[in-house]
Amino acid sequence: MRRHLVLRVTTKLLMPFILLFALYVQFHGDFGPGGGFQAGVIFGAGFILYALVYGVENARQVAPDPVIRVIIAAGLLLYVGVGFAGLFLGGKFLDYNVLASDPVSGQHLGILLVEFGVGTTVAATMITIFFTFAGRGQDGS
Amino acid sequence: MIAAHLPALQIVVPLLAAPLCLLLRRGALAWGLALVVSWATLAMSAMLLSQVLQDGVISYALGDWAAPWGIEYRVDSVNAFVLLIVAAVGAVILPYARRSVAHEIPAEQHSAFYTAFLLCLTGLLGVAITGDAFNLFVFLEISSLSSYVLIALGRDRRALTAAFQYLVMGTIGATFIVIGIGLLYMVTGTLNMADLALRLPPLGPNRTVLVAFAFLTVGASLKLALFPLHIWLPNAYTYAPSAVTGFLAATATKVAVYILLRFFFTVFGFSFYIGALTLQNLLIPLAVLAVLVCSTVAIFQDNIKRMLAYSSLAQIGYMILGIGMATPTGLTAGIVHLFNHAMMKGGLFLALGCVALRVGSVRLESMQGLGRTMPWTMFAFVLGGLSLIGVPLTAGFISKWYLVQAALEQDSWMLAILVLVGSLLSIIYVWRVVEVAYLRPAPPGAAAVREAPLSMLIPTWVLIGASIYFGIDTSLTVGVARQAAIMLMGGTP
Repeated sequence: MRRHLVLRVTTKLLMPFILLFALYVQFHGDFGPGGGFQAGVIFGAGFILYALVYGVENARQVAPDPVIRVIIAAGLLLYVGVGFAGLFLGGKFLDYNVLASDPVSGQHLGILLVEFGVGTTVAATMITIFFTFAGRGQDGS
Repeated sequence: MIAAHLPALQIVVPLLAAPLCLLLRRGALAWGLALVVSWATLAMSAMLLSQVLQDGVISYALGDWAAPWGIEYRVDSVNAFVLLIVAAVGAVILPYARRSVAHEIPAEQHSAFYTAFLLCLTGLLGVAITGDAFNLFVFLEISSLSSYVLIALGRDRRALTAAFQYLVMGTIGATFIVIGIGLLYMVTGTLNMADLALRLPPLGPNRTVLVAFAFLTVGASLKLALFPLHIWLPNAYTYAPSAVTGFLAATATKVAVYILLRFFFTVFGFSFYIGALTLQNLLIPLAVLAVLVCSTVAIFQDNIKRMLAYSSLAQIGYMILGIGMATPTGLTAGIVHLFNHAMMKGGLFLALGCVALRVGSVRLESMQGLGRTMPWTMFAFVLGGLSLIGVPLTAGFISKWYLVQAALEQDSWMLAILVLVGSLLSIIYVWRVVEVAYLRPAPPGAAAVREAPLSMLIPTWVLIGASIYFGIDTSLTVGVARQAAIMLMGGTP
């Protein structure tokens, strides 16, 4: 890809907008179309585009495997953690009503955190799947 | 407080432990966490079962969303029993897994292995506990995806193709199930199983409902490997790591049988299942073929793991036979056999895992003389084999006794004879192993073989011991199974 100047420049230009759009889909998911899964896929797709154009090794420096592994686990832990928080605050498992002083803001906070958990896990998983396949044959495996 | 939240904790505790295992990079730490969690899971399932037997159905609304709209966990005597089976097998296999996994899987993959194992456990428990049809599909996928990973971790490179074959077949099965659920949602507008059961009968004869029923039946049959949809199972069981084979053989197909039971009897209802469709005319012949064909194929296998896999297919035939007869005794036999088969086949696969650890191969010719060099392992295998055959004072006998009784109640002598023929066939394949292990000397020049370590022998013997114990004291197994059968048939226990 070294000689494809147009691709390299366009990718560099698009990157911040892709990631920003992912965050928009993530945090505006309560009010509009979107949510954690879609946002995670878009975020992951940004990394995949970067890896396609600039090479997997460069992308790996931004997102090293051990870090990605922690992020995968952290997203799920956030989700389950919110569930347990509801349980310890006296509600049922995943009951958002008890998370804040009134049910409406409790619901708002709960879904925001849970969707953020989904988003991080999905993005990290997308990146891992791509790196695993794209990295085959490079390290002798 | 814990008692009130038991249904949620049953699922969420292993789910929480799975990512923690991934974060603990050291395999031994991940194993320790998984072990503690699996024992806690077993304790919770035992508490749930005793609660259900005492107070009746438990309902838990996740997120406090009321039942027909939100996801409801609903525990009655049927799924409390299935939960106990899955949790018990998980709790027995994890102590065994440490040595076996250390031997068969590279060290850097250990924490990933225990993560996948816990996710699989979560999925199987979730399928059993949920009262929501779509939630059932989600949990089914959690358990299936993690079991593909677990199978692919096998040492043999053929494990990869076996896992891929299972992935393709399993995905088709899951897709069929979700299509069936979608069609039910289309006509009723609800996903809650208890609500579905209320809304389906007034619809009367309805083509969409019939198509949904067909999709669900085929999808669940693929998952439980009913003949002739069983092609994926022998390879998957043969090439998976020993601990995984033991776990999946004892739990995954049982949970799939539970899905079938739940949809046939709770969602569609007994009268729909039996009246409108006469499905027995299809299920009973397939079950009979499963018993005869797969038992015969098992006789000709030289890889003992594959032999037991075919034997599992035949045993699934017995369960479907009991369900297909659709009488209280038949259903009792099917549900009891769920439990008994989990114990004996789990024990047998664990005994084979001991052989794989010490000998390095589970082919028939490499088992020569093992009766003397590994006496405890092989004696466990023999007892498990006797239970498989259905010798009196073993659990297998109890299952077959009720099956024969159910057949005789309906005056179908052919089915009773079939059960006996199946037992005769299993004598042949069990005897082949016994003959090689006990009557042939170890080949000269073979490396000295030691008995398996205690950490693996004890779990093996727990399962084998259970398959003997529940052949003598049947008050728990048959008692719960009969109550579950009566409840499924629409009566009050």
